[in-house]
Amino acid sequence: MADYIYDYDMPSKPYVWMGNEALVEGALAAGCRFFAGYPITPQNEVPERMSERLPKLGGRFIQMEDEMASISAIVGASFAGLKAMTSTSGPGFSLMQEVMSWASSIEVPMVVADVQRTGPGAGIVNLPHHSDIIQAHYGGNGEYPVIAYAPSSCQELFDYTIDAFNDAELYRLPVVIFSDSLLGHIHEKVVVPPLEALKQRVIPRKLVTYEEDGKTPLPRNKYYTFTSFDRKTNTYKITIPPNIATDYFPEWLPAVTHSPQSIASEYQESAELEVYTLNNKLGDKVVKVQEYFMEDADVAIVCYGLPFRSALRAVKLAREEGIKAGVFRLVTVWPFARKAIRELSQKVKKLLVPEINMGQILIWVEAAVEDGTTVEGIPAISRLHEPKELLDKLKEVVH
Amino acid sequence: MQSLPPLPERPLHPYELVPYTGRKFAQAFHIFCRGCGYGAIGQLLCRIFKDDKLDETLYPFIVGVGCYSALPLVLPGRALMTPHGRTLAVATGIKLANPKLTPICIAGDGDNLAIGTNHFVQSCRRNIGIVLIMLHNNIYGMTGGQVAPTTPMGMRASTATYGYLEDEFDPVALALTAGATYVARWTTAHPRQFMKSVRKALQWKGFSFIDMVSQCPTYFGRNNDMSEPIDVFNWIKGNTIPLEKTKGMSEEELKGKFVVGEFRESPRKELSEKYIELIEQLRSRSKRK
Repeated sequence: MADYIYDYDMPSKPYVWMGNEALVEGALAAGCRFFAGYPITPQNEVPERMSERLPKLGGRFIQMEDEMASISAIVGASFAGLKAMTSTSGPGFSLMQEVMSWASSIEVPMVVADVQRTGPGAGIVNLPHHSDIIQAHYGGNGEYPVIAYAPSSCQELFDYTIDAFNDAELYRLPVVIFSDSLLGHIHEKVVVPPLEALKQRVIPRKLVTYEEDGKTPLPRNKYYTFTSFDRKTNTYKITIPPNIATDYFPEWLPAVTHSPQSIASEYQESAELEVYTLNNKLGDKVVKVQEYFMEDADVAIVCYGLPFRSALRAVKLAREEGIKAGVFRLVTVWPFARKAIRELSQKVKKLLVPEINMGQILIWVEAAVEDGTTVEGIPAISRLHEPKELLDKLKEVVH
Repeated sequence: MQSLPPLPERPLHPYELVPYTGRKFAQAFHIFCRGCGYGAIGQLLCRIFKDDKLDETLYPFIVGVGCYSALPLVLPGRALMTPHGRTLAVATGIKLANPKLTPICIAGDGDNLAIGTNHFVQSCRRNIGIVLIMLHNNIYGMTGGQVAPTTPMGMRASTATYGYLEDEFDPVALALTAGATYVARWTTAHPRQFMKSVRKALQWKGFSFIDMVSQCPTYFGRNNDMSEPIDVFNWIKGNTIPLEKTKGMSEEELKGKFVVGEFRESPRKELSEKYIELIEQLRSRSKRK
């Protein structure tokens, strides 16, 4: 990778940060230099810290007039060459779905942090509720892919935000970070790695597409604006995002159905090609899962986000009592780890799915498991599961 | 992509069509209806770029959703089409991220005065360096002639079969109130004045708004007993009053008229300029430490 100036400025040491602050620092460490937002509790610390930090790093902060404007502005900023993000909460996230759909179709790298709160309606602003899990994938019109990270601690908020920006650059799509009002307001230790290590981890925005030798810029007619499907090798080729200030921008980048060469089209074949390309370009590459105590487990807790911490504690307590339980954690909620869950169901016949909602991932787990595996959801509305609650459930299931 | 044959330096006749269209595709075409004003507006914009030899990379077009979404087929430079009403929000991101650029937003009256009014008002207030050309044809043309916020009261449209009951919007008054620093209005009967205004707006430091009244013979004309394109054109022309002549005229007399001219030219500091200054201030302060 070509050398580049890495100007993140926090010295490497442990800090005590609020979840929302860790999210901001993770974004800045990942090279985010544009933020547009609109006030909504419980994510207010994100724009507050961004407005203080970004100008110092040469970045731009703007508070827009509404959530549609915020997310539209980051699409523009991303096309103008800056890594960009916005953050919001449930009601704002539903307003953003229009542009989420558009940004997915024109493959803009960007990050949207959703600090979720209780719904429906205005709900309760300071209680956690993983209410937007399905909305993040199926909220907008059309069918499009999304990568969604669900961190469970402030350190993870820092780390996975960097991963989110990297994925956005690599796969050219909006990446969602699921936080919630509880996680956003926890104060915890966050260790910032040495800047050299961070620089190695971050994928910078590239400007120009080169021939295979890495030196000669591709002539314009050979440059595909969007992801293209190579029929010979059966692979998807994801190109570098276009920059509106350079020659590497199509003459017309349409919001309508288009070919990989950015030609607007109204043919069924084009729609088919675009939708297939968009939805298949990720493959299984970005699915991230973690397994704890799974080697000899009889029962597994499938979880993501904050309930992971309760689940881990419950499983440790269960192990002390001789119950062979394990934790299967979805780091990326989307794309859904269908294959991994199916393989899991071949080993473990009982799955528990604790979620801070009525069971939005539960239906996906149920659909993915093999026959004969029992799946049970443990919903908790606007509160985090107590480890004891999960432990009792484990005991009940095993006996 | 095939390149076009070299073009003559300057056309002999100002309305000569050929040299100014179809830069992008081997066949010069646009897909507007017979008599639509948008083709002419596209040609005028092409003419400015060609005559002034403007650097196309500095002036990206941000196009909303409407009949004019097809204008990039003939426009020079790069064009980004946005969802309905979000042109100015996207352009704000572009301008702030790269202040060297001057985005030219092309939005319609429905785009800009209905779904995207908030972005319009806020951009005027913010004074961010964007050129907004609002194509004002009194109707939603692409969807089949529904009433727009600019449809004059009493006029008919496909969703106002018995005449529109509401008062129309005056975008110029709105822009002036919201604090736009350059505001002008022209019609398709004023091509030279429009070009002059656009040239001024491109060099303007701050938000500039040009309201361009254009004819829609297919829907606005047909629904209102103006069957020929020239009828709508003449209707606009007949309702036009230059700004200089409005002195002493009462509000009653001005109702339903298109007042044309340059309404305001009062520079204010531009937002991205202020932001760059802030960044430099913070940098020099941290160096002093």
